[in-house]
Amino acid sequence: MPIFETGKISMKLESLAKNIVLSVQEYSLFCWSSVTSVFSLPFYWNETFRQADYIGVGSMPIVLLTGFFIGGSLALQSAATLSQFGARSVTGELVSLSMIRELGPVLTALMVSGRNASGMASELGSMRVTEQIDAMRALGTDPIRKLVVPRVVSTTLMLFFLTVIADAVGILGGAMVSVYMLNLNSSQFFHTAYQSLDYTDITQGVIKPFPFGFIIATIGCYFGMQTTGGTQGVGRSTTQAVVASSVLIIFADFILNRVMIAIFGG
Amino acid sequence: MNAPHLPHLPHLFHHSRPADAPFESEGDVVEFQNVSLSFGENVVLRDVSFRILPGETRIVLGPAGTGKSVLLKLIDGLIQPDSGSIHVFGHPVFVDGKAAPEHEMYTLRAHIGMVFQESALFDSLTVRDNVGYRLDEEKTDIEMVDARVLEALNFVELGNTMEKFPSELSGGMRRRVSIARAIVTNPSLLLYDSPTGGLDPITSSTIIQLVVKQRDLRNTTSLVVTNRMQDAFAIATHRFNADSNEMRPIPNNGTLTGIDPKTKYLVLHDGNIAYDGDTRGLIESSDPWLKEFLS
Repeated sequence: MPIFETGKISMKLESLAKNIVLSVQEYSLFCWSSVTSVFSLPFYWNETFRQADYIGVGSMPIVLLTGFFIGGSLALQSAATLSQFGARSVTGELVSLSMIRELGPVLTALMVSGRNASGMASELGSMRVTEQIDAMRALGTDPIRKLVVPRVVSTTLMLFFLTVIADAVGILGGAMVSVYMLNLNSSQFFHTAYQSLDYTDITQGVIKPFPFGFIIATIGCYFGMQTTGGTQGVGRSTTQAVVASSVLIIFADFILNRVMIAIFGG
Repeated sequence: MNAPHLPHLPHLFHHSRPADAPFESEGDVVEFQNVSLSFGENVVLRDVSFRILPGETRIVLGPAGTGKSVLLKLIDGLIQPDSGSIHVFGHPVFVDGKAAPEHEMYTLRAHIGMVFQESALFDSLTVRDNVGYRLDEEKTDIEMVDARVLEALNFVELGNTMEKFPSELSGGMRRRVSIARAIVTNPSLLLYDSPTGGLDPITSSTIIQLVVKQRDLRNTTSLVVTNRMQDAFAIATHRFNADSNEMRPIPNNGTLTGIDPKTKYLVLHDGNIAYDGDTRGLIESSDPWLKEFLS
């Protein structure tokens, strides 16, 4: 390879690395600013409730549907495998543990991310390219407090409730498949599902939605607020927000699993 | 980045003073000192220095991309220069390229009204909520907000659009609502970013009439960025007549032939100031570039 081409590639790599570091730095500062703004006035309660309604109640249908069918699929797949070891009766245990510890929080977060991180990025991105964010600042309002904090607070809180609902509906879906398609006993399903759970499982399942919700909202708002380049830029920000939040949720899940296993044990 | 230590200005940030009371500035309203700004390799402003006095209307001209809108955003602290200092009402907005704390800027912005290039109205809010936005944020009594909004909308002759959304308005009406939003708190400094950009000539003259009306009835210091030479000279050569509710050419009185003495020009070219002075000086300038630009 000619020397000048090697030089070009190394310059491009250097520029890419700098951009990544700069983005991480800007995102970290953005998160810090969002968190510190929660604890000082003014706090926009009306906007927070409006966002909680949009994010929480609005996401209910997709969370109910995905939770139900994931639970059902889990029951189908695990029952087939467990049958080989003569352990079909513990299908309920597997479904409830998987849903509560892992699938409920992660899949709910991914579904909410797909719906809301994109919505936030496109809404704030449109406001950005039409100078509405600048107008807001010019009119004496901090856009972080008015636009970002309500979204971060409401997503972080509502994802918790959505995850609990997804867990419950997922177990119900697993139960319906087990009873009506696999001919398992319903009381046995619910008995094993209940008996297998202890507090550490529940704790792991209900802690995860908080960091996931924070990731969804901050990533969605960050990409929205960074939008440049007109309507094309809005589209790009929306895509980037969904991709980045989905990858970060799965990465954070891995880290959280490692930490929680270290704290609570396997 | 740490904010520089900025002198405290109790006269500006004293809470007993209502935010919408006119700010009586004794010195310069705006002062730029060696301000430079680049976007990547593109130098937008290079060591730019100028001053704007109270009551002055400064028209900012220049070819596209010479940093006219950037100038207004710098005054409002919406973007940061690479170097140089900017003072507004004597208060430092940037000192050696470093910004004043954002919370101080929000207090300062209460005295500045800005009309954005594309109106920048909040599309999810009604005209009433757009115009009354700042008053609502300040928790002003609702009846008081309604009265002030109606007054501002009547000023721009759109008193019947209170409950409409921006999407229901024409481009010219949106621009007028944007002016109403900027003047509703009776600011001491008004920044107009291409208020007639993209509008037809008749609507443009309506907007220019509002700029002149605001200048002559309220004596507000203002900066007007424009690409339309006819608008720039219309502001300098017309005066608002309150009796007939329209602007009329300033009569020729011999010395200053039909020109408003408080209307001045700032022409930007290639990152530098090509002209800073009054109307007559601009017209009579022998600078070849200016002559070509004005023609």
